[in-house]
Amino acid sequence: MPWSKMDTQRQEVSQFRARLWWALLVIVIVFVGLVSRLVYLQVWQYERYATESDDNRQQLQAIAPTRGLIYDTNGALLAGNRASHSLTLVPEQLIGGRRGIDNVLAELAQVVSIDQNDVKRFNRRLNQPRRPHSPVALRFQLNPTEIAQITVNQHRLPGVRIVPELVRFYPLDKGFVHALGYVGRINDRELAKLDSANYSATHHVGKLGVERFYETELHGNVGYQTVETNARGRVLQVLDRFEPVPGKNITLFLDAQLQQAAAKLLEGKRGAIVAIDPKTGGVLAMASAPSYGANQFVTGISNANYQALRGSDDLPLFNRALRGRYPPASTVKPVMAIAGMDSGIISRKYSLWDPGYYQLTEGGRLYRDWKEGGHGQVDMHKSIVESVDTYYYAIAHIMGNDPMTKYLAQFGLGQVTIADQPEATKAVLPTQQWKRINRSASWFPGDSLNLGIGQGFLSATPTQLATMAMVLANKGKWHQIRMIKAINDQPVEKVSDIGRNDPKQPSDVALERSSDWNKIHNAMIDVMHGKKGTGRRSGAESSYKMAGKTGTAQVLGIKQDSTYDAATIAERFRDHGLYIGWAPAKDPVIAIAVIIENGGGGSSAAAPLARKLFDLSILGAQSKTKAKEGAENDG
Amino acid sequence: MADFQRWAPDAQKHLKQGPGLWVKLRLDPFLLVLLFAIMSFGLLVLYSGSGSSEAAVQKQLIRYGLALLGMVIITQINLRNVQRWIPLFYIIGLLLLLAVLLFGVGAKGAQRWLEIPGLPRFQPSEVMKLVVPLTLSWYLSSRPRPPHLIHVLVAVVLVTLPVLLIARQPDLGTALLIGSSGAFVVFFAGLLWRYLFAAIAIGAAGLPLLWTGMREYQKQRVITFLDPESDPLGAGWNIIQSKIAIGSGGIDGKGWLQGTQSHLDFLPETHTDFIVAVLAEEFGLMGVCLLLTLYFLVLIRGLMIAGSATHPFDRMLAASLTLTFFVYVAVNIGMVTGLLPVVGVPLPLVSYGGTAAVTLMASLGILMSIHARRPQRT
Repeated sequence: MPWSKMDTQRQEVSQFRARLWWALLVIVIVFVGLVSRLVYLQVWQYERYATESDDNRQQLQAIAPTRGLIYDTNGALLAGNRASHSLTLVPEQLIGGRRGIDNVLAELAQVVSIDQNDVKRFNRRLNQPRRPHSPVALRFQLNPTEIAQITVNQHRLPGVRIVPELVRFYPLDKGFVHALGYVGRINDRELAKLDSANYSATHHVGKLGVERFYETELHGNVGYQTVETNARGRVLQVLDRFEPVPGKNITLFLDAQLQQAAAKLLEGKRGAIVAIDPKTGGVLAMASAPSYGANQFVTGISNANYQALRGSDDLPLFNRALRGRYPPASTVKPVMAIAGMDSGIISRKYSLWDPGYYQLTEGGRLYRDWKEGGHGQVDMHKSIVESVDTYYYAIAHIMGNDPMTKYLAQFGLGQVTIADQPEATKAVLPTQQWKRINRSASWFPGDSLNLGIGQGFLSATPTQLATMAMVLANKGKWHQIRMIKAINDQPVEKVSDIGRNDPKQPSDVALERSSDWNKIHNAMIDVMHGKKGTGRRSGAESSYKMAGKTGTAQVLGIKQDSTYDAATIAERFRDHGLYIGWAPAKDPVIAIAVIIENGGGGSSAAAPLARKLFDLSILGAQSKTKAKEGAENDG
Repeated sequence: MADFQRWAPDAQKHLKQGPGLWVKLRLDPFLLVLLFAIMSFGLLVLYSGSGSSEAAVQKQLIRYGLALLGMVIITQINLRNVQRWIPLFYIIGLLLLLAVLLFGVGAKGAQRWLEIPGLPRFQPSEVMKLVVPLTLSWYLSSRPRPPHLIHVLVAVVLVTLPVLLIARQPDLGTALLIGSSGAFVVFFAGLLWRYLFAAIAIGAAGLPLLWTGMREYQKQRVITFLDPESDPLGAGWNIIQSKIAIGSGGIDGKGWLQGTQSHLDFLPETHTDFIVAVLAEEFGLMGVCLLLTLYFLVLIRGLMIAGSATHPFDRMLAASLTLTFFVYVAVNIGMVTGLLPVVGVPLPLVSYGGTAAVTLMASLGILMSIHARRPQRT
């Protein structure tokens, strides 16, 4: 081997070794870099990553409290809870972001039916702020077949979970919705108002009625549990648990039997029935027709069904009992009579000759009585029994606005006195001030005449009329009108007992002469039992006495010289039939208001319904006790 | 001698054995011990990372057994004597890579495997991890050194062809490993520094071109690497979760089988590419440093073998294989700790998987073979 070649070789080896040293240097630098990185992560940033690891592992899960139950006065369940299974997705578990979600939605669509609306609503929920790893609902109320189908296909549906939850259920459903209201999914607007912590696991909130008013009590308080989960959100272990406080159970005065009977009587009609227990002010029945099923709103009503309800001319969604504003017509006559007597303006012996009409001035406009030719000589008693309009035109003319509206107010008109129905409206009690503000006109004597027979500007809700009936029955004694009887078996006299604001309520009606009450009562008893009483057909053949007053509200302005012919007038323009009353006449257990829209006269359309309910609440209970006594005697 | 034998019978026995078992088998005990240490540690972590799966550990043990057998066989071969076959291997390798692109099977949008009836499923790209440094060492060892520009360019073409084919599969990690193994051979062949710096400059200029040529998911990986928080539930998930796993391990770890990140499924690929995160979580900084020390010793041993080899083919090959091993370690730990993009490079001798174990042990076998054939000092 030549020296030169040996030399190059040696040179090459030393160059190679030099490069090995370079390589070693790089290796050392990189290793030092890696170790520094590890020190940075594991020592410097240890606290942060240890916390994040725990956060990953441990999740605080909210546990929804069980919603309180609602019972009727006898303990029958009006609103309960039942298990419902929702189909949900956990977006964090789907790989590929939006595309991953769409893939799973497409897969799901092959397994269960999912329509465009479901997806639209799902997307909306998805975009709302939410806890990471919390499931987002896609569909509710899966049936057992669907649950089975999803479970079988679970392996190709990552991130899909079936979540069971308790949802509201109304076992008696349709006839009760206007009394109870309902719960529904929390919407964006409500979400903003609700206590987000307490509602973090809750999906439903009371939307209407009792469910809405007692939301706080019925909802309860949220619970929490710290759970260890894996990345798929599966709970592996519950680390600690803070139990939710279930909502309180509420007992209402509502009598399920009476309510159902009232709803049944209203079937096929438009109208409302409100019954109140005069001894307590508790609402025994509150029916409005047409009605609708509440359960469909709990899990989300289909758009088609909702549009059908909304679009119906009969307004099934409208709560006539609380919000229907009807001219009370002749049902206010007892109060008018009291106003006249007690104010001292009208003599207790006042009587007049009724030619069948009343005129403010000679030759002026004719204010017609309902009976052509008139009732002859009429005093206060007869004016109520036969519902003589002329008498009330006259005393209204004499009294003017003030005494009438003052006494009507004392009986609850023009104000909301029901404590726990948030939708209740106060209707219109037309004082002179009211007319100035709302009609920009002063009060005319003609307005007084109309007011005297409960027409014109005056309007009242069925709840107000039932309240008026209660105060009349109680001889002026007021009770808070309310749905609630007890909460968690603790009796509730007033909603202020549970920290709510009582509605403003008139003080008890104290008459100068308490014998005036008897006069009115006797007249109202004769309405039902007298020979010429307008409600005599409904009062006949009863084993107990009842008191009442019929009313017929004109829907259509009838021209001066024409007469009212029910047959030729379109159904929508027929009179509303009204009735107020109570039974038994002495020691009443039920005060009632019945309104049948376009039903014709109150004596034929409304009073018979009241009689049936009187029978049910008085004889229904008595016949039971009688049967019991009989059985004991037999034994 | 006889006296000595009389007084030291054991010594005679020793002498009778001649050069000793290790030398006979041409195995390097130093590397072998390191290898077993890494594998044992790796199996421990694998058991935890696979979710306490004994089946996975058993399967890996069998693979290790087969790979060890392969290593021992390779050690018996003097590679200088099979040099003339190397171009053939290279051409077959390229054809197989083409076949993968045409008929290959795979998963997750990548096509990496070849199924030839009668043979187990395998990745031709893994074979190329050995064939490419062999080819370059063969080519450059028979050329003048430092290599002329023309030879460097030929070497670049020899490396680029398989790298491009593999990158198209796409398998960025393997392409990177093979590309660097080729580059190391060129470097240790004595590439002039000015060529090296020119290459680096050209590479820097070529980066934008590379960017436009990348697949969408590769671009996504780079974007995610630069800002993993931008998509914490999608692309950034892996990096964020592995950083949490490593960081929460602290200095002494959460304890074997106690890692919450891995056992609760937050950490992805716990038994393959991200296994070091499991190790870091359960054994802490001390555990990772132990593993890094073992790797470092392997690298030192590799460099020593390269340094003591006399034939240019041997030393270029040894140095290249050692540094490729280093790239495995650096890239894998770099990516799992969030320093480098996630490119899919396994942790050598620890990550679950058969083919990688076989090629890695084969390369160690080559090192041992080179070591066994070093000139003996007299």
